[in-house]
This record gives sequence, structure tokens and C-alpha cells, in this order.
Amino acid sequence: MKKKSSIFTSQKFIVLLVVIVLFGFFSIISQNFRQYSTIMSILDYSYYIVLMSIGVTFPLITGGVDLSIGTGLICYSLAGGYLITQKGMPVAVGLLVTILLGILIGLLNGVLVAIMDLPPFLTTLCTCMITRGLGSIFSKGFGISWPAAGADGGWFRSIFKITTAGGTKIPIGFLWMLIIVAIMAFVLNHTKMGRYTIAIGSNKEATRLSGVNVKFYHVMAYVISGFFAALAAVAYSAVFATVQPGTGAGFELEAIGGAIIGGVSATGGAGSVEGSLIGVFVICLLKTGLPYIGLQANWQQIITGLVLIGAVMVDIIKKKRAEVH
Amino acid sequence: MGEVILTMKDIDKSFPGVHALDHVNFEVKRGEVHALMGENGAGKSTLMKVLTGIYTKDSGTITFEGKEVEFHNTREAQDAGIVIVHQELNMLGHLTVAQNIFIGREFKKGIKIDDKRMNEEAKKLFEKLHIDIDPAETMSNLTVGKQQMCEIAKAISHEAKVIIFDEPSAALTESEIEELFKIIRDLREQNLGIVYISHRMDEIKVITDRVTVMRDGTYVGTLITNECTKDDIINMMVGRVIYEDPKTESAVPADAPVVLKVEHLNAGRMVQDVSFELRKGEILGFSGLMGAGRTETARAIFGADPKESGDIYINGEKVTINSPQDAVRCGIGYLSEDRKRYGIVVQKTVAENSTMACLQNYMSGLFINKRDEKKVAQDYVESLATKTPSVDQLVVNLSGGNQQKVVIAKWLINDCDILIFDEPTRGIDVGAKNEIYKLMNKLASEGKSIIMISSEMTEILRMSDRIVIMCEGRKTGEVRIEEATQEVIMNMATREIG
Repeated sequence: MKKKSSIFTSQKFIVLLVVIVLFGFFSIISQNFRQYSTIMSILDYSYYIVLMSIGVTFPLITGGVDLSIGTGLICYSLAGGYLITQKGMPVAVGLLVTILLGILIGLLNGVLVAIMDLPPFLTTLCTCMITRGLGSIFSKGFGISWPAAGADGGWFRSIFKITTAGGTKIPIGFLWMLIIVAIMAFVLNHTKMGRYTIAIGSNKEATRLSGVNVKFYHVMAYVISGFFAALAAVAYSAVFATVQPGTGAGFELEAIGGAIIGGVSATGGAGSVEGSLIGVFVICLLKTGLPYIGLQANWQQIITGLVLIGAVMVDIIKKKRAEVH
Repeated sequence: MGEVILTMKDIDKSFPGVHALDHVNFEVKRGEVHALMGENGAGKSTLMKVLTGIYTKDSGTITFEGKEVEFHNTREAQDAGIVIVHQELNMLGHLTVAQNIFIGREFKKGIKIDDKRMNEEAKKLFEKLHIDIDPAETMSNLTVGKQQMCEIAKAISHEAKVIIFDEPSAALTESEIEELFKIIRDLREQNLGIVYISHRMDEIKVITDRVTVMRDGTYVGTLITNECTKDDIINMMVGRVIYEDPKTESAVPADAPVVLKVEHLNAGRMVQDVSFELRKGEILGFSGLMGAGRTETARAIFGADPKESGDIYINGEKVTINSPQDAVRCGIGYLSEDRKRYGIVVQKTVAENSTMACLQNYMSGLFINKRDEKKVAQDYVESLATKTPSVDQLVVNLSGGNQQKVVIAKWLINDCDILIFDEPTRGIDVGAKNEIYKLMNKLASEGKSIIMISSEMTEILRMSDRIVIMCEGRKTGEVRIEEATQEVIMNMATREIG
């Protein structure tokens, strides 16, 4: 019979401990790290990765992947920003277009993977290239700056950060992250969408033979991923303002890596949104923290890679143990 | 026929809970084709696996060319000269014919593979067999028949002295079978010993010299093919005593309403022009040997696989079933023979599996009502007497019989009136089997209609009200339980059409 799994042995909890330990470690070693401004910059940097990670958790759980979210993010942001800055459209319209474009690319991925049966890795690799090119076309090859915080139409930037009259910056975006994670965790655990996403990942054929419309739910997993990549585009635009075409490749790896570290099974069928959130913070902490103890960006990538291998190994060992029973 | 080349004596093999081989004897002479026959699960494959080193025997002796031998893997058996040609071909489609034949023992020139020499050697082999195949051809471009000939050539290239053919004709066309027989006769001329496993009675008469029959893991006897009739063989195959009270008469009235009617169903080679009716409260047995097309028929009806033509009527009304979703909407539930792959989602809980087919009934608005879900799952755990600590238990931790009950619950919760049980007791121990039988009888008496596909004759005779028999994708007979005997069924299950 199954050993009772308590919260203390769950991967989420262990990863949360890692986050706390990492944070403590960097804070003790480096005086500069334990500044309010550093924490602010970690949070600023985390929003778009967290959002991508929440979205990509769904295709990952179905046993697939979505590599198009990184370049997609830049593409959606360029499209929205272009309409605002070059065509003089209201910011709200720009945001709407950004979001719609994300949903559209997600739908394209979903149709190709779930209905046309193309392999997810290659499909999303192709849409990754497509969105990258598309972004450049939207912006005519130039970088685009979304309206500045104080400027006309800069209101959307305060979604993520409020600056009080006294000049203190309040990272309200973190609160949004927690709310969105709570909502999507609820979707994953308490709705048909979530239930079938997990079922598809653990046994697609048995799910189909139960009379479930697996194609629809499989497509939807990619639509969710696209939608969240677009939300991430909004967050990215709000935090960094300037968006350069041709960038974005590699963002998806941080989001996917976070999800895997947070307990999404590398072969699908298991995972959680809150786990992905915590996993992303491991990556963000490594990225921002390591330079403070004198290790350069290259080291950050190597260490992140090693942590990921560890996470995947834990997952595979768990699977093998389950098979023995 | 020459002297004896291979003798298997008193071979015994047990698996946990199953006595698979019970002191079985078998011998092969040089220059003979020896048929090995028996129902599904009679132990033919197990015996051949013991011979070729895939399984280790518990006791008994194998004597090959006068010496006692024991192989630990197929490689050792191969090296000694015993080769098996499998029913499923183990060919690598992207490689050439010659590359396939010499895989694992390629000829080399320095570090470079010598494809030219491999092609030449392959050509020599084919000449020996009088086969016309280009060794440089890509394997996937060949027909199934030609691929099989390559497999035979590969066997010969190991300098085989005994070749085992495991249902070689199953995938071949009429003319390909002719060619196969020519090759087999050739090999017999060359004084090889040949074991021929097949269900096709007519072929046995044509190609084999002797027949050894097995039943339920025991050796029944060996006959000289020329001196026996098909009935003799069938009687030996089925001559068991059925001690588990067979049903003697059906309780279903002959004029009970027809709930499911299938007309001229076609779906590939395995389902050809199948028609039958299922009545309310009836258990309709589907009998036949392996590869008769019973599962394929069920899957086509359920919409799991596409069908080419044919009509399905439910309660007299014509319905269109193109997907499992359609079938579920029509009130059909399918319990697969392979539970782990097609029946359950093992890493999910009993409750989640139970409501898989009808989650929409357990929603509060957009959200799953987990309290209701657990309650209904609990109700069915109780009524089906499923042994599980709780409905939150992962299904992977349940025994086979209890997993089966979870699948049954899934369809009952969805209120299915037509249930297709495909090998309902496969991999389930004896006690749990009886429980499943009781449950099926109870469901039928409550007015559910059941199609039961089973390869176990005892199960068919014990449970069915009526029996449909299939052979090679066609329905070859239908009997009421009152007229059904093992001989009648086996006769229809081995009938050749066309």
C-alpha cells in the first residue's frame, strides 16, 4: 500500500526550502544582495517567467512542451507596442491585441499537436522561429518602447509596481502572481480542463476510450500556454518597457526549467501550478544571486542546468519506484 | 523423416499462480514438419520460450543432437542451431534486406562495414531458398510475405537445424502462403527439423507430418497427420472436463428486445462483414482463437478504431458512432482487455477514475464537485465490493480484480446499458474471477446487456447465453448455449472460409 505522502516530503515543499536556503545564503554572503532594491529587481525579473511557467505547465503535464513562449512573448509585445507607439492606438487596444495574438499562436500549436498529431517539440520549435520572425516584421526591425510610467498611457505599468508619493516602490505584481497561481491551481485541480489535462498526460488512450473529447482539451492546454505567454508579454513590457526584436529565445527554457524543478513530471501526467511558481524562484534566485557572490552569468547557466538534471532525475526515480509496486 | 534431433522431456514450468507447463513431452525429427497445436493459453508459446532460452525450465530435460542442453538466452539457442521465426516480424524498415539479415554480426573491412559482401552473402542465401529478393532493397518496400522470407533467410544464415514457425501464415495472402510452403518443403528436403505453430486446420493437413496437441499446459498426444482427421485433433484440443458449472440454458427469452444490432460491419482485415444482435439482459459470448478479430470488432463498434462500413442500431434506432464519445453517449461502455493501457489512468485515484466517463454530472458550475464525486465512487466501491482503503487511493495500488471493478464502476456510473467486456478476467486470480462472474450475472439480470469476449472456453460456456464465433475477421457461427459444446465451438473457430 502507498506510503502516506505528507506535505513535508513533497517536492514542492523541498523546493520551497531550497528557495529559502538560497535566499538566506546569498543574503548572508553578500551585503549588497540583502537590499530592498535587489529584492525588487528579483521580483521584477520574475513576473514574466512566472507567467510563462504557469502557462507552459499545462502542455508539459499533457506530456508535451511549448518552446514558442519565449520568442512569442517578444512577438506579442512588439505587435501591441507597435500599434500604440506607431499607430497611436490606445494602450488598452495594444494590450488586447497582445493577448489575442498569444491565444492565436497557442491555438495554432494546439491544432498542430493535438489534431494533426505533429510532435510537440518540433511543432513549437517551428512556431518559435515563426514568432521570432513575425516580431521583427511587426516592428520593422526596430526596438519598440512602450509608454513610460509617468507618460500618457503608462498606467498599465502600475499593474505590477506602484510608486508611492514618498518614492517607495511597492511590488504589487507579486500579489497578482499569487492570485493568478491560486486561480490556475484551482483550474488544474478542480475543473474538467485540469482533470483532463492530467488524464491526457498519464494515459491519453484510456482517457479517449472513456469518451472524453481529448482533442479539445489537448488543444486547450496549448491555448492556455499561449495566453499566459501573452500575459507574460504584458508583464515584460511593463517592467522593461523596451522590447528588442530577435530576443526572447531562451526565456522559455527558464520557464520550463522552473516548472520541472517545481515538480512537473518530465514525461507528463503530474505537476502543479504552485510548484512551477516556486521552481521559477529557484532559477531567478540563482540568476540574480550568483553574480553577488562573484560568479558570472555563465556559471549561473551551468548551475541551473545541473539543478534541472537533478529535478528530472528525482522524477524518473519516482516513476521507476512506482512501477516496481 | 530421419532420426530424432530434438527431444523435450518432462518439461515443467510454473509462474506465480499458474502451472504453465506440466511435464510436457515434445520431439522433432530431422526432415519433418511437426505441428504444435492447442487453444490459446495451452502452453505452446511457453514451451517454445523454454526451448529457446527465454524462460528457464523448473525441471525436465532438453536433448539436442544427442546432448543435453540448456540455453540461457535466444543467442545461445541460435548459436546451437535453434531459431524461431516470430509472427510479428522484427525487421528494421529503414535498413536494407542484407543489413537486416546480418544485423549484429556485420561483415567488416577494417572499421568500415562491408555492405558489398553482405549483399553477396544474402544473395547466396536467397539462392539456396530459391527466393527472388534484391538484398540491397530497403526492407519497408517489401510486402509482408517477402519480409517474412527475409526472416527465414536470416534463420538459415545462423545455420539453423531446427526452425520454429510461430503462426507464420497469419499475415500472408493465399499466394504468399503457397510460396511459404514451398520454402518449408525445401527446408524439409534439406533435413531440417521444423516446428509449425498454427490454428489453421487446413494448413496443418497440407504441410505437416506429425501433430502434437497441448491443452492447459499438459501434453495430450502426438498423431501422424495423414492418419488423423480434423475432428480427432479438435477432440484432443478441447477434451477437458468443464467442472465449473457451465450454463445449461439461457434465462433470456428468445424474444427479448434487441438492444444492439450490428449489420455488415467492416473495419480492416480483422473485421469483415460482421453482423449480430444483442438482446436485453443477455450475455453474448464472443469466442475464437487469437487473432480472430473479436477485439477489433468491439473497438470498431465502440468507435475506438475507424470503420469502413456497416450499420449500428441501438434499440431499433440507427446511430452513428465515430468516436468513443459517440459510443458513450449511446450508452455503450467498453472494458478493454488491456486495462493498464486502455482502461484506467493508474496514477489517478479510484474516485477520479470512476467519474472519468461522466464528469459533467459531478460539476457545480465550472468546478468539479469533489464531495459528490467521492460519494458516488464510494457507493460503487460498496456495491461492487471493491477492496480499497479509500476512494482517494491511487488505482495503481489495487489488485487486478479490483482495478477491473473500478472500470466497471466507471461505466455503471455513466449508466451504460450495453457493456463490452473484453477478456474480463485476464490477469485476475481465481477468487476475484468468480466475483467478476457473479457481478456480470447480476448486471445481466438487472437488464444490462453484455458482450463478453473471451479466449477461455470454460468462461464462454459458463457465462454466455448465446455465443458468436469468429475466425480470421469473420463471424463463422452462432450458437445458443443449449447447443454449445467445446467441439462445436472449436470447429467453427478453426473453420476456413474462401
